[in-house]
Amino acid sequence: MRKAIFWIVAILILAGLQMQLAGWIGAYYYKIVVLAGINIILAVSLNLINGVTGQFSIGHAGFYAIGAYTSASFVHFGESSIRGAVAFLPRFGQDTVLLLLGILVAATAAGIAGVAVGIPSLRLRGDYLAIVTLGFGEITRVLILNIDAIGGARGFSDIPPLSNFFFFWVFLFVLVTVTTIHNLVNSSYGRAFISIRDDEIAAEAMGVDTTRFKVLSFVISSMFAGIGGSLFGHYTAYLNPNTFTFVTSFYLIIMIVVGGLGSIGGSILGAVLVTVILEAFRSLSEFRLVGFSILLVLVMLYRPQGLMGSRGMFKFRRKAAVAK
Amino acid sequence: MGLLDIRDCTKKFGGLVAVRNLNMSLAPGSLYGLIGPNGAGKTTVFNLITGVYTPDQGSIELDGKAIHKKKPSSIARLGMSRTFQNIRLFKSMTVLENVKLARHMKRKQSLFDAVTRTKLLKDEERQIEHDATELLKIFHLDSRAGELASNLPYGAQRRLEIARALATDPKVLLLDEPAAGMNPQESIELMGLIRTVRDRFQLTVLLVEHNMKVVMGICERIQVIDYGETIALGSPKEIQDDPRVIEAYLGGA
Repeated sequence: MRKAIFWIVAILILAGLQMQLAGWIGAYYYKIVVLAGINIILAVSLNLINGVTGQFSIGHAGFYAIGAYTSASFVHFGESSIRGAVAFLPRFGQDTVLLLLGILVAATAAGIAGVAVGIPSLRLRGDYLAIVTLGFGEITRVLILNIDAIGGARGFSDIPPLSNFFFFWVFLFVLVTVTTIHNLVNSSYGRAFISIRDDEIAAEAMGVDTTRFKVLSFVISSMFAGIGGSLFGHYTAYLNPNTFTFVTSFYLIIMIVVGGLGSIGGSILGAVLVTVILEAFRSLSEFRLVGFSILLVLVMLYRPQGLMGSRGMFKFRRKAAVAK
Repeated sequence: MGLLDIRDCTKKFGGLVAVRNLNMSLAPGSLYGLIGPNGAGKTTVFNLITGVYTPDQGSIELDGKAIHKKKPSSIARLGMSRTFQNIRLFKSMTVLENVKLARHMKRKQSLFDAVTRTKLLKDEERQIEHDATELLKIFHLDSRAGELASNLPYGAQRRLEIARALATDPKVLLLDEPAAGMNPQESIELMGLIRTVRDRFQLTVLLVEHNMKVVMGICERIQVIDYGETIALGSPKEIQDDPRVIEAYLGGA
């Protein structure tokens, strides 16, 4: 019951903000807020693999791309038949059905990719896993570059936007992502993920099937990356393979490292921070990478556990326990 | 036939035979000691039993089920738990969470329960918390339940490892040098603790230990290995008098 009230209130607040936000802050800042939301989804999901489970993946942009392109092509090619199937709904309802189906398809496709990459590669550790995931991200991008039906190098430009309420949708899924991953981390599953990060041999000896749980964390993470991709595609109505280079994966890593590996609050903070800095210094273009490297070095030197520190997620839980 | 049976096990690493034709049988409820000089293959035996290594020959059975081809996590599920020679606690978790993790394989919650926090999950989490706290009380660790495991003093970390191993509800408990690094007083307390735990949880305990006082003091049956082969097997008294054991430890006269 309390859960239902929470979601209803959240939806009402988001809808209310949606009505007013663009008017308050203008179209430019509105766009940054939406992009920050998408980055929160990506960072919080990547944090599940890199921070909580301790597996170093630098191919998150690959799952992001798969989500974006799957959803975009699903809606692009399937629009008329799905509209036919739900013709009884008003235009607005049809759009919503299409959008949600697109998100669902994107999450599924990215999840399947997660299994396909995870099963063979999670036998690898540390640097080797990082190289495989990096390779996966680049392979995905190059594949997209060479499929002409979805635009290839020109980019995919006929994506129906389906909604004018992207702030609402993006932040609804931010809430879904954060609550899902937060709940997961604070369960038996979460303890299993963390135990793998801390000591794989001990985890296995305590009955945690480490291979299975690594793949599970990988799959959940990639599904949310897929959702982020889907929202991004419909929001910008145009996709270009160059959005999904390893530089994107690298920015996502910066977000979670600066925020504090393993901390959900840290990932959110990191995502907002990096999005804002990227925008603020847009005029510097490539030099921003230099700035981020300096930022990373400074964080490593002065606050190696990240801004929030990795214990953030446990603090959450203690407060909750006291409230009960 | 015992609860844990090792039959003709051999494990080679390249040209080195770490364990050769080893036989071992643990009667249910026994306190069994495995000793030998450094490099005798004791830890290899542990790793064979717990599934870290697969034997090249021979078989290992737990309660009549062959376990020598299974993964460590599956063996743990069948009722085998262990501690480590070099302590392997989950360092970023609290003392309580370390024990709670060990209840993992008894969980009933599904992924769906975990994500949506159903009543089943909340009840189960409460139960796990309760069980873990009870266990910590036995080991006098309940006052430090909220501390990070890595902040505990050494002796307490050893006890926590045993508590964590017990949280998996094992039939067989393997202790790899539990008294290592402990002072005489702590060792004596540990001996009492191991006995209490065995009686209270009706366990079968296999102990690897260098501290002869501990081994001779609590084990009912001792097996001595050297260069991967059994050289003696018997009660503590018999072992102490065995000329081959004396030779292995002190060198030939």
